[in-house]
Amino acid sequence: MTTTVDGPPDTGAGAPARGASSLVEAVFRAREISIAGALALLILGTYLANPRFLSGQGVRDLLLNASILVLLAVGQSAVVITRNIDLSVGSVVGLAAFACGRFVAGTDHGVLAVLLLGAAVGVVCGLVSGALVSFGGVPALVVTLGMLYIIQGVDYWWARGDQIGAAEVPDPVLRLGSGSVLGVPYLPLIALVVLAATASFLRDRASGRELYAIGSNPEAALLAGIPVRRRILAAYVFSGAVAGFAGALWLARFGTVVADNAHGWELTVVSAVVVGGVAITGGTGTVWGAALGALLLTTIGSVLVVLKVDSFWQGALTGALLLLAIGVDRVVNLRMTAALRKRSARHGNGV
Amino acid sequence: MNQPAEDPPPAPAPAAPVLALRNVSKSFGAVRALHEVSLTLRPGEVHALAGENGAGKSTLIKTLAGVHRPDGGQLLLDGAPVAFHGPADARDAGIAVIYQEPALFPDLSIAENIFMGRQPRRRLGRIDHRAVRGATAALMRRLGVGLTPDRPARGLSIADQQIVEIAKALSFDARVLIMDEPTAALTGAETARLFSVVRTLRDEGAAVLFISHRLDEIFELCGRVTTLRDGRLIASEPLAGLTADALVRRMVGRDLDDLYPKQDATVGEVALSVRRLTREGAFRDVSFEVRRGEIVALAGLVGAGRTEVAQAVFGVDRADAGEVRVDGTVLRPGSPTAAMAAGLALVPEDRRQRGLVMEMSIERNIGLTGLGELRRHGLVRRALERDRAADWALRLRLTYHRLADAVGVLSGGNQQKVVLAKWLATGPSVLVVDEPTRGIDVGTKAEVHRLLSASAADGLAVLMISSDLPEVIGMADRVLVMREGRLVAELPRGSATEETVLAAAAGVGGRAAP
Amino acid sequence: MGTESETRGAADAARTRGSLVRGLALRWDTAVGVLLVAVFAIGLGSTDGFGSADNLAFAFDDIVEVAVLALPMTLLVVAGQVDLSVASMLGLGSALTGALWNAGWAFEAIVPVVLLAGAAGGLLNGWLVTRVGLPSLAVTIGTLALYRGLASVALGSDAVTGFPQKYADWAVDTTTVPGTFLTYPVLLFAVLAVLTAIVLHATGLGRALFAIGAQEEAAYFAGIRVKRIKLLLFVVTGLFASFTGVLFTLRYGSARADNGLGFEMLVIASVLLGGIDFDGGKGTLFGAVAGVLLIGVLKNLLTLNDIANEVQVIVTGLLLVASVLTPRVIAAFVERRHRRAADSPS
Repeated sequence: MTTTVDGPPDTGAGAPARGASSLVEAVFRAREISIAGALALLILGTYLANPRFLSGQGVRDLLLNASILVLLAVGQSAVVITRNIDLSVGSVVGLAAFACGRFVAGTDHGVLAVLLLGAAVGVVCGLVSGALVSFGGVPALVVTLGMLYIIQGVDYWWARGDQIGAAEVPDPVLRLGSGSVLGVPYLPLIALVVLAATASFLRDRASGRELYAIGSNPEAALLAGIPVRRRILAAYVFSGAVAGFAGALWLARFGTVVADNAHGWELTVVSAVVVGGVAITGGTGTVWGAALGALLLTTIGSVLVVLKVDSFWQGALTGALLLLAIGVDRVVNLRMTAALRKRSARHGNGV
Repeated sequence: MNQPAEDPPPAPAPAAPVLALRNVSKSFGAVRALHEVSLTLRPGEVHALAGENGAGKSTLIKTLAGVHRPDGGQLLLDGAPVAFHGPADARDAGIAVIYQEPALFPDLSIAENIFMGRQPRRRLGRIDHRAVRGATAALMRRLGVGLTPDRPARGLSIADQQIVEIAKALSFDARVLIMDEPTAALTGAETARLFSVVRTLRDEGAAVLFISHRLDEIFELCGRVTTLRDGRLIASEPLAGLTADALVRRMVGRDLDDLYPKQDATVGEVALSVRRLTREGAFRDVSFEVRRGEIVALAGLVGAGRTEVAQAVFGVDRADAGEVRVDGTVLRPGSPTAAMAAGLALVPEDRRQRGLVMEMSIERNIGLTGLGELRRHGLVRRALERDRAADWALRLRLTYHRLADAVGVLSGGNQQKVVLAKWLATGPSVLVVDEPTRGIDVGTKAEVHRLLSASAADGLAVLMISSDLPEVIGMADRVLVMREGRLVAELPRGSATEETVLAAAAGVGGRAAP
Repeated sequence: MGTESETRGAADAARTRGSLVRGLALRWDTAVGVLLVAVFAIGLGSTDGFGSADNLAFAFDDIVEVAVLALPMTLLVVAGQVDLSVASMLGLGSALTGALWNAGWAFEAIVPVVLLAGAAGGLLNGWLVTRVGLPSLAVTIGTLALYRGLASVALGSDAVTGFPQKYADWAVDTTTVPGTFLTYPVLLFAVLAVLTAIVLHATGLGRALFAIGAQEEAAYFAGIRVKRIKLLLFVVTGLFASFTGVLFTLRYGSARADNGLGFEMLVIASVLLGGIDFDGGKGTLFGAVAGVLLIGVLKNLLTLNDIANEVQVIVTGLLLVASVLTPRVIAAFVERRHRRAADSPS
């Protein structure tokens, strides 16, 4: 028999040092590049139609608006990568924002305490959802739908129509939402830090890679000795913590909170993540892509305003974009599998 | 047996056992899967595990792999008792299991698949991606294969997936390699490559436990064999001096004189006629006929396009060109419904995914192909459905508790009988069977052969795809051989031998007549 | 329980658990039926006015859209699919009705157009699922946003009123079928429920749905036209959804783009509460109907007892979680008892 050794096996020294796997990444980097391209085109087109869109204030608003969605998309990505979904994030933001509002109203609590409280509220919600999904073994969609209801109900019940106004929120907290360093607002910076840290974790940590492994093939992950349940739980806790944290930032940004803050955002978040190339079937995608997806959806919203298009179109566009993204994913995936199968046919048959 | 090191052997001293089971028992509810079974694995040996389906082989493997915990008895690692609390424990002890269909992460690269959970780290616990890829490349060189570390596992052939699993075993210096029917889906060349890798590992001092339904492979590769029957240890002995018949006797507990009970049948008119059938990337210009009363085998290596032809004939895959006729009626391409209406039936290779709805009852599975006939005023007649199922269960000597039980609880052989019943119940004129006896025990195998033979004698046209050469030779009136998507030979019963079929399938020796 | 060592025998355990869950699911729908009767009895005993004909007419009429939507949803979930866009299609149906009415169309002409739009929306869902090969969950999350968005585009934030009295009278809860406390929409639901039950449990199509939900490939290899059936299901679901849009509009006398917002959750909660397995292949229509009625009766009782709307939202959420969690918890408990029983003699 002959064993074929074509292809360069000496990938050790000469090959590019970076990249978990360049071939896989190349495909998905292509996705990120194409979204970035679409985003650039969209911005450029809108700028040509209305130059005010790229004024200092315009960009600031865009970044501020995108920050919270980016954060939520980062948290959601960790869950979706494990082939699960967290539909409760919108209501977690609402509950955390309201809890933080109640906590600071008329007091002089510090920024750190508010952020920690927000994250803590999110952690509790994430723990419940995550425990039900991972240890209860029930479908994520159903559980988190139920949690959406429960958290929303608790929030409404607690608020009873109250709202907290900016006048009651201490200044340092509001400054977090409106202040900036070197002209860059704090919120986008915070989102960027969380994004970079999560990206690094998912790429360079064993437990980060295990999230991909779980989403790619859950049975194989069990056989490989990966603590699947604990990892899924951790993903939900992370998503919850980020959502709670985002709730605290919501308070800082808007000053005013009512019970139905971020109501219905879960679908926007899921759309952003999927548009950004994180497959709803798990195992692939990066948080950078998800963040780009969030930026794209936010930008579309702003563009509609700038171009004076009826804002009612935004929902329909988000849905259409989501369908387009998963459709393209599917086609690319089929093509890639076919291409790889051909390659392996050339490799394998040493007859 | 207790102190093997002190035995004074004639040959080089057998090494101390690396892994052993001593009087291990394991039950699932009321079922005794293993009853006081002992097994000893030594470094540098390839040890076969033989037995029919349901003999307890899978349970034994899973016990060694840390998936099951034994109810009684001991697991000894280097002579000391151990308890595995999960697959990770077994892996840490240097035990690697390669399953028939490896479970890889399709979205991750080969390198990541191999090192998942054990990646080399840099500072601050970050994964050293470069080291992971370098180590993978080194493993691939050692195994003599040209798989690129970076390519994703998606789309790898089963043989390559097994290579990845073996590389994984090497990467943590596994001392025990357990291979559960690794060759079931491999071509001859792939099997040969796998065997050479296994021999290399053996010579490097690994202990290999090898499970296969193919006796020739056991004799070719292994030094010792342990035989299980009904969860009990029958024998553990060297293969040298053992005949295939003796081994089969140990496995089934009786003689199997008529494994291939081919009856002579009068050949009638053409029932299935395939003309220049083509599906791009799978097969080209395939033409043949099957007559009533005939069993025609479609032989060839895995990947030669046989299953693809069967699926295109039946219409679950759409052919790009060509024509299929059943009893003179031209079939609409890509329509299983049309094929069934014309009298065609397909027993697919993958019983669990394609042949049966595992959680549905026996009667409903059998009824699924006959919903049209079972209907009156649009409603399914349940009594008729049950009668029909009971009738076929009796004819096929199905072993079951109740017809309302899910087929999933039946043994593999009985499941295959349900698939056959489901299709024979449609009263087909052409039956296409794809690997009809794969993974079923020797006893049921003979029953399936008897059934096929009797059905052909009753005027059914049978097209049988099989990778089991003795089955092809034993059962077929004519053998068609495919290679690389083309029909390359047609051998009548008299001239079809394992050698001629294999030569045509592999494309070696004299070119067989088309 | 709860460490990775639990993963041992994962496949076998899952299989046993599967059959146990199935065994329980068969009894689960009965249990929901019993629970429904019990809640009903408690309501009669504890809450004044609950048993009055007026209230019962109101209670059932109040959830009639959810109940109607639960019928095709049951078929979808049995076939291993889901349609999250139903409530958005309800909204789109309502918005279209309002927009066309504003444009001066006759009501008799509006209804067929709305139904056609519903079928088209269902066709899009089905096409993406069967032809492009996308998971129905992802597709219908997208169309959930899309159809609700189109509803907003069609009608903005307007509310359209003043529909013909004869149709409005037919739909409102004060008109009942003579001699009963049932309203005409509820009667219509009852007829549709019986038809759906026959389709699911007594026809070849029903068998095919169970087979597709349990093992799609095997169903396809048995000659079942899997794609065509799925496509048909989505179209029927879209049709039903747009019809509930008209119904909702008439009952409240107001067409709005955000009508029925969030109803998809109630529909799915009802179906799952009734013991339809979210993974497909298991369940009975009786269970789904019992689930819907249970939610309706609970909602009515909570309202009658002046319990805040927010609490009702929480109760729905809890029911949803409990409906999927309880069978599994029981199964895990039974399995552990079995294991212990098996371990003890040896």
